[in-house]
Amino acid sequence: MSEHEPEFSLQCPLPIREYPNVTLAHGGGGRLTRDLIGKVFHAAFGNEFLAEGHDGARVPGAGPLALTTDAFVVRPLEFPGGDIGRLAVYGTANDLAMCAAEPAWLSAAFILEEGLPMATLWRIACGMREAAKLAGVQIVAGDTKVVDRGKGDGIYIATSGAGIPRQDPGPSPRRARPGDAILLSGDLGRHAIAVMAVREGLAFETALESDCAPLWPAVRRLIEAGVELHVLRDLTRGGLTAGLNEIAETAGLRLEVDESAIPVRDEVRGACELLGLDPNYAANEGRFIACVPEAQAERALEALRAEPVSAGALRIGRVAGTGRGRVDLLTRLGARRVLDLPNGEQLPRIC
Amino acid sequence: MKYLDEFRDPEAARRYATAIARHATRPWTIMEVCGGQTHSIVRHGIDTLLPETIELVHGPGCPVCVTPLEQLDKALAIAARPEVTFCSFGDMLRVPGSRGDLFSVKAGGGDVRVVYSPLDAVTLARANPRRQVVFFAVGFETTAPANALAVRQAHALGLRNFSVLISQVLVPPAMEAILASPRNRVQAFLAPGHVCTVMGWEEYAPLAARYRAPIVVTGFEPLDILQGVLMAVRQLEEGRCEVENQYSRSVTQAGNAEAQRLLREVFQVVPRAWRGIGTLPRSGLGLRPPFDAYDAEARFEVAALRTEESTECISGQILQGLRKPADCPAFGTRCTPERPFGATMVSAEGACAAYYRYRRA
Repeated sequence: MSEHEPEFSLQCPLPIREYPNVTLAHGGGGRLTRDLIGKVFHAAFGNEFLAEGHDGARVPGAGPLALTTDAFVVRPLEFPGGDIGRLAVYGTANDLAMCAAEPAWLSAAFILEEGLPMATLWRIACGMREAAKLAGVQIVAGDTKVVDRGKGDGIYIATSGAGIPRQDPGPSPRRARPGDAILLSGDLGRHAIAVMAVREGLAFETALESDCAPLWPAVRRLIEAGVELHVLRDLTRGGLTAGLNEIAETAGLRLEVDESAIPVRDEVRGACELLGLDPNYAANEGRFIACVPEAQAERALEALRAEPVSAGALRIGRVAGTGRGRVDLLTRLGARRVLDLPNGEQLPRIC
Repeated sequence: MKYLDEFRDPEAARRYATAIARHATRPWTIMEVCGGQTHSIVRHGIDTLLPETIELVHGPGCPVCVTPLEQLDKALAIAARPEVTFCSFGDMLRVPGSRGDLFSVKAGGGDVRVVYSPLDAVTLARANPRRQVVFFAVGFETTAPANALAVRQAHALGLRNFSVLISQVLVPPAMEAILASPRNRVQAFLAPGHVCTVMGWEEYAPLAARYRAPIVVTGFEPLDILQGVLMAVRQLEEGRCEVENQYSRSVTQAGNAEAQRLLREVFQVVPRAWRGIGTLPRSGLGLRPPFDAYDAEARFEVAALRTEESTECISGQILQGLRKPADCPAFGTRCTPERPFGATMVSAEGACAAYYRYRRA
């Protein structure tokens, strides 16, 4: 740490004795709001743009930008392997990465529930600071509101992001081509099961952690290796199945994936079998698929495997042909079936 | 993964499929009774490995499917009450009653919760003495012991704010209703492995003998089901009609004595209505005194509630193996998992939902 950087510790800098919890007054726009912004958010995210104390940030740049936005609602706020703050940074940064854009700037809006422990807020802000560092983004603008107790789940965060496109033309579901190889960056379902285990008080023998992580380093490797990225898609809500179906529908192409090639850890498989869930539908926060020309598939896999976040990358299928957009799954037994869009949330079965 | 991969081995599956094709000299219709088996068959594509002569039809063993509309409407009425915390397994939440589902009750302000065990509902009742906690006790002999345990525990704790809404049914009477029907086309059964883990396989012997139908107690993994089909085909070809146990790693002849004792202590056999099939004598479980004090129907005075079924839905005939999902003109068009007409489209284990999800061309 350089001597100019503020001292950084996990200890909340707001005088805890005075404000152990967020109060409505913290959202009132007065001195307490300024205190909160200064002592929590500026302290955690501190940079020259925030230091301006202005209504917005003027960031340098020329040429095209990629923009995206996302809102984060998760219970519990902190879970093994991550927290809502990390999710809010990675989620938006990863959406930029899926546009083959290098994440650069983020804005963050916080909706805090009255009574939220200040220490929790501080830990979440610390998580965001760490995540921003790993994702290579700066949080340059923000907003805070406080709602009455009972009107929110502790904290909601909305982030918007801007990034610099690093490949032209950029990847898009419409650019999928028959014959493309479909690559998956690693094993599935860890985020969904880790969060569910804490939320529902399910105890498993092994400690499972969310896979939440920044994806740009993996995408950068692909670009540096000169791989033509036809489609990139991160596998958040709805998991692999939703990702594949969106590509198939948008491109009007049939996709084919091989069930036996899809990696799922034993802990995740075990939990899914117990609860009657399907890992192909489970949410991830650090996984993506890439459609690339078949001739470049091996090079792409090599590039992905050089980066820790995508060290387990594998080829799982191919873009098979034109026709009605759909996804076919070759089951382990060698039978073929449709891999359909999830409908609503997966619900644990009776027996 | 141990205990899983062994039962999904593609090579072994092909060997079983070849053996089935070799043994089957003419067409046979076999019903897998349990929805879990249906789900596994369609999910893994097991039926596509079988010779064309073997037809698998899907049975009534899906608890969500056979829960009568009436019980669903009672659940909705109870869940909507301001003093009630209504607990259910997840997949009952989306099943439509006459007006809406439990999700819509929740959206309308009802306190509806997903639990993983009926004992969680007892815990909730202890922790919230001012709330009336109701558990939706749905299912076959598999869920019944845990539900009985919850009621017994509530009784032991003297909890006055706990009750159960029961739709608890039994497998053998449903199989008998199918076999006794003049329209029956089922020649052999794959009996439900988990139900038999609790109850044993003895009670199936009279059925096999009386209706001359082979019954093979079968598990849920691809190799279990293929082996079960092979055992059934062999019996059919050889003219035998016995109860055989494919799922011997879990099922014994007498079953789980402690679970059965618990069932006898808390429940008594009663007539029950089955969605799509109708009321069958001695086909379900109800609370016996003194545990009947925990019956939510009596506590919330919904016992008299009556409802009409949609006339268009053929889920009843599907549940009896008389028709297939594709025979329904509404299948996949007007009736989908998002807007289901009947219960076989709602549950992931329902035949219509399974076909919709995995088979849509």
